[in-house]
Amino acid sequence: MTSIEAWALVFTVLTFSLYIFIAFRTRVKDTEGFYVAGHGVPAVANGAAIAADWMSAASFISMAGLISFLGFDGAIYLLGWTGGYVLLALLLAPYLRKFGKYTVPDFVGDRYSETARAVAVVAAVFVSFTYVAGQMAGVGIVFSRFIGVSITVGVIIGMCVVVIYAVMGGMKGITWTQVAQYTVLIIAYMIPAWAIAARLTDVPVPQVSFGEIATKLDQLQVDFGLNSYTEPFTNRPIQDVFFVALALMVGTAGLPHIIVRFYTTPSVRAARYSAGWALLFIALLYTTAPAVAVFAKTNLLEDVANQPWSERPQWVRNWEATGLMAFEDGNGNGTVDSITSNPEAAPGELVVSPDIMVLANPEIAGLPAPVVGLVAAGGLAAALSTASGLLLVIGSSIGHDLYYKRFRPEATEKQRLMAGRIAIAGAVLVAGYFGVNPPGFVGQVVAFAFGLAAASFFPIIVLGIFWKRTNAAGAMSGMLTGLTLTALYMWATLYGGMEPWFGISPEGIGAIGSVINFAVTIVVSNMTTPPSDEIQLLIEEVRHPRLGGEAIRLPEERVSEKA
Amino acid sequence: MADASNGQSGRVSGSRVSDRSRGYWKANVRVKVPLLIVWAIFGYVLAILLAEPLNEINFIGFPLGFWFAQQGAIVVFVALIFIYAKRMDRVDEEFDVHEEELGSARKRVERLGGQA
Repeated sequence: MTSIEAWALVFTVLTFSLYIFIAFRTRVKDTEGFYVAGHGVPAVANGAAIAADWMSAASFISMAGLISFLGFDGAIYLLGWTGGYVLLALLLAPYLRKFGKYTVPDFVGDRYSETARAVAVVAAVFVSFTYVAGQMAGVGIVFSRFIGVSITVGVIIGMCVVVIYAVMGGMKGITWTQVAQYTVLIIAYMIPAWAIAARLTDVPVPQVSFGEIATKLDQLQVDFGLNSYTEPFTNRPIQDVFFVALALMVGTAGLPHIIVRFYTTPSVRAARYSAGWALLFIALLYTTAPAVAVFAKTNLLEDVANQPWSERPQWVRNWEATGLMAFEDGNGNGTVDSITSNPEAAPGELVVSPDIMVLANPEIAGLPAPVVGLVAAGGLAAALSTASGLLLVIGSSIGHDLYYKRFRPEATEKQRLMAGRIAIAGAVLVAGYFGVNPPGFVGQVVAFAFGLAAASFFPIIVLGIFWKRTNAAGAMSGMLTGLTLTALYMWATLYGGMEPWFGISPEGIGAIGSVINFAVTIVVSNMTTPPSDEIQLLIEEVRHPRLGGEAIRLPEERVSEKA
Repeated sequence: MADASNGQSGRVSGSRVSDRSRGYWKANVRVKVPLLIVWAIFGYVLAILLAEPLNEINFIGFPLGFWFAQQGAIVVFVALIFIYAKRMDRVDEEFDVHEEELGSARKRVERLGGQA
């Protein structure tokens, strides 16, 4: 075992013990604790939990690398995966918190109809499963790369840990574990970034100092025959950058595992603030990632571009051994003449996996082995925290929306809690299976989950709150039209050989699907009967922090209500 | 978009919902609209649509369009949410719909318990 593997193992064991300890301290006995953490999570803690829930293995490991190969156009991820929180905070979070039920299908079902609830359950489960398979695969990859066990063993270890804290503590256990996981992942991301900033520039704050390096990188890229790094729209046309950013933002605001986190705060006010804290915590990583991208790309070009391959530095040799970098001397001159991250789209002599940009950072900066071990723990924290949030959505969709609401409304509290626990445990098994045997389409589907969420949930939830006239017929037609058109366009451009219309890629089509959903919902609602008085009253109550009973309720009061 | 339906669905709005809570909802929407406009300006106009011309300007060592797209817009998004939460605190106070703090709710329950 190398010293890096030993340190990675130490940090993994330490952090996993912490997660299980937290789970033991936060175990729950009722469904309210299991599904919404008893509405008792303070705003700042909920913010950290949302941030951990949100930032997946992809954000932690892959995003900076993707940006470094996209240059300016990498902004689609940076804008798209942050701007949605403004929509969430202003348009959804406070009202859904006032609504106060357990899941997104709950709102859709109570506001519209039982059929709409069923459609929402299917959509929530589908989106969450495609997403969670990627997280489990991420856990396996981190384990195999840093600790040297096989991917299968890695996935099984990850599954065991998630089962322990999700089944025991439900939303409460998940929340407090996520707070710990956020702390681990942000420290693991920041230390190498600050160290590299200090090494490359006079200012150790990456957010400030990467401008200087970016300008230098522009020149390096041009000299090497690539596009200038900071020049916009070299990889994607301007309208595509626009629509992809919009689809990701609207999709963020429609993802069930993020929305349910706002149900856990003690009050409407706390829901508003927790959105702010969440984005602040996310922004710490998301403003660092573009700096990491610039630093890593600069290091890569300076170390290998136009250099003889035989004189490559040690860190390149180390990562070459993992198969994440591969050199094929196309013209036989022994030097690196071109670099690519996606050999299918753009051939190049040196093929580099985008994941290296974050994983190799500590080595490039010459940081000691413990820091590399910490990065492994950070990657695991990012993957596990997102996985547990998604598994809870699947568990609550099946245990609450399907079992209790649809089939067994007479179930006792105890049976409902047991159903929730079994549903989560089952979901972990399925997710683990897909983690070990990922279906080929998962990678793509995750990117498109946003488009589908944007085209289905977001418009009907927003209209359901802001426009009382919205009725079940409108919402159903809007949701189905938006989903169908979006999915058809994605399928046609990806597999059907259709040329994208107006340069809009399949990732961006969700934005259009969302607009269509809005339009259809409005038109059909206007043509059919208005919703009942009860539903209109429900909307009034949702809009008003105190009308029809306050959101704040203490456990003592809930007990007396039940009695 | 807000309450275009008031005319038709007046039964509920008229009878059960007071003018005061309708005023609260209007104030609520009035807080949001300017913030959403700022969101669109930073997220889409400055960071994307005007990125090319803005890149000619240098800002603390960055081409300005690039800075907006990869740093500035994110910082503005964070600020917008906190500004929204603060302004809503004021609107809640003004319309007297602010919620109890958890601490004071707990005290109230303790007081009730003490009396009983």
